[in-house]
Amino acid sequence: MDEFNASKPIYLQLADRISRQIVSKELKAGEKLPSVRDMGIKYSVNPNTIQRTYSELEREGILETKRGQGTFVTEQEERLVEQRVQLQHEQIQLFVQVMQEMGCSSQEIISGLKDYLNKFDLGDE
Amino acid sequence: MIQMTNVSKKYMNHSALHEISLTLPIGKIIGIVGENGSGKSTILKLISGLSYPTSGTVTVNGVTANRRISKVVSYLSELDSFYYIFTVNQAMDFQASQFPDFNLSKAGEIMKFMQLEPQMKIKDLSKGNRARLKIMLTLAREVPYILMDEPLSGLDPMVRESIVKGMISYIDLESQTLIMTSHEIAEIEPLLDCFIAIKGGALLKMIDVEKLHESEGQGITSWMKKNYV
Repeated sequence: MDEFNASKPIYLQLADRISRQIVSKELKAGEKLPSVRDMGIKYSVNPNTIQRTYSELEREGILETKRGQGTFVTEQEERLVEQRVQLQHEQIQLFVQVMQEMGCSSQEIISGLKDYLNKFDLGDE
Repeated sequence: MIQMTNVSKKYMNHSALHEISLTLPIGKIIGIVGENGSGKSTILKLISGLSYPTSGTVTVNGVTANRRISKVVSYLSELDSFYYIFTVNQAMDFQASQFPDFNLSKAGEIMKFMQLEPQMKIKDLSKGNRARLKIMLTLAREVPYILMDEPLSGLDPMVRESIVKGMISYIDLESQTLIMTSHEIAEIEPLLDCFIAIKGGALLKMIDVEKLHESEGQGITSWMKKNYV
């Protein structure tokens, strides 16, 4: 599996991917997603797995299925903002955990992050 | 539903399969994995009625599998069994003459998808295109069970990818089940609902692939490495 990690179900890895595409606006609010089969072809994944991915994201309120029309990104902007915050939180948590395991203090983490962003000119002005 | 109950198969003194019991439903893509000579192909031959069990029973939709089971089972052999003087189109017409369920328009779509030239003679096709042709002939049948023995074996990555995508495009999981043997585990893993692990003619286990990822955090290859030592 070049594209997927064997340590996590594929349907969840795809859900993560789609979720990130929505947060980054690569997929916009209200946009239609490919059919289960077309998505399966794109990733060379079983359509049953894609169906699970879509169901999972529907359950989380990020996607909506309209009968006879297909699956769409929700138009509930608040939900998408919430998702953006949640994904950020998850990444920050991972980062902080690793830094703490290396024995870094909160001060060090903050100044290190600032320096990094400045050095590579990644800050928003 | 395919039902195998206590199936054993002996060739002369050699035991190929031993006491296999399996139930395979509609709507799944199922892989059969195991070492060379472990009995994977024998299972497909028994389901397609090309071979008979020494003991035990094999039924497909409640009917004992014999030669006539080909009405509901489409089988792709590991070997090439073409009339080499045929063109791609003629092979397609021949398949249609043998199987009333053969869907010519679907076959045409698959042919396009696989970029097969209808007028090419089979003897002039590359190995990869012969493999694609076999997939087309097997997959264009409107039957509940599609069996493929080593559909990816010995092919380059581009051909393998087009075959995998062709399978996803043209299998109808509302009404069909695809069962295939393969050693190309990494390639078929994202394609499978479950896999059947065969070792020395016996059934090790039938496992849901996503459950394996979820509960044990591993894929088919690492599971096999642990269970085939």
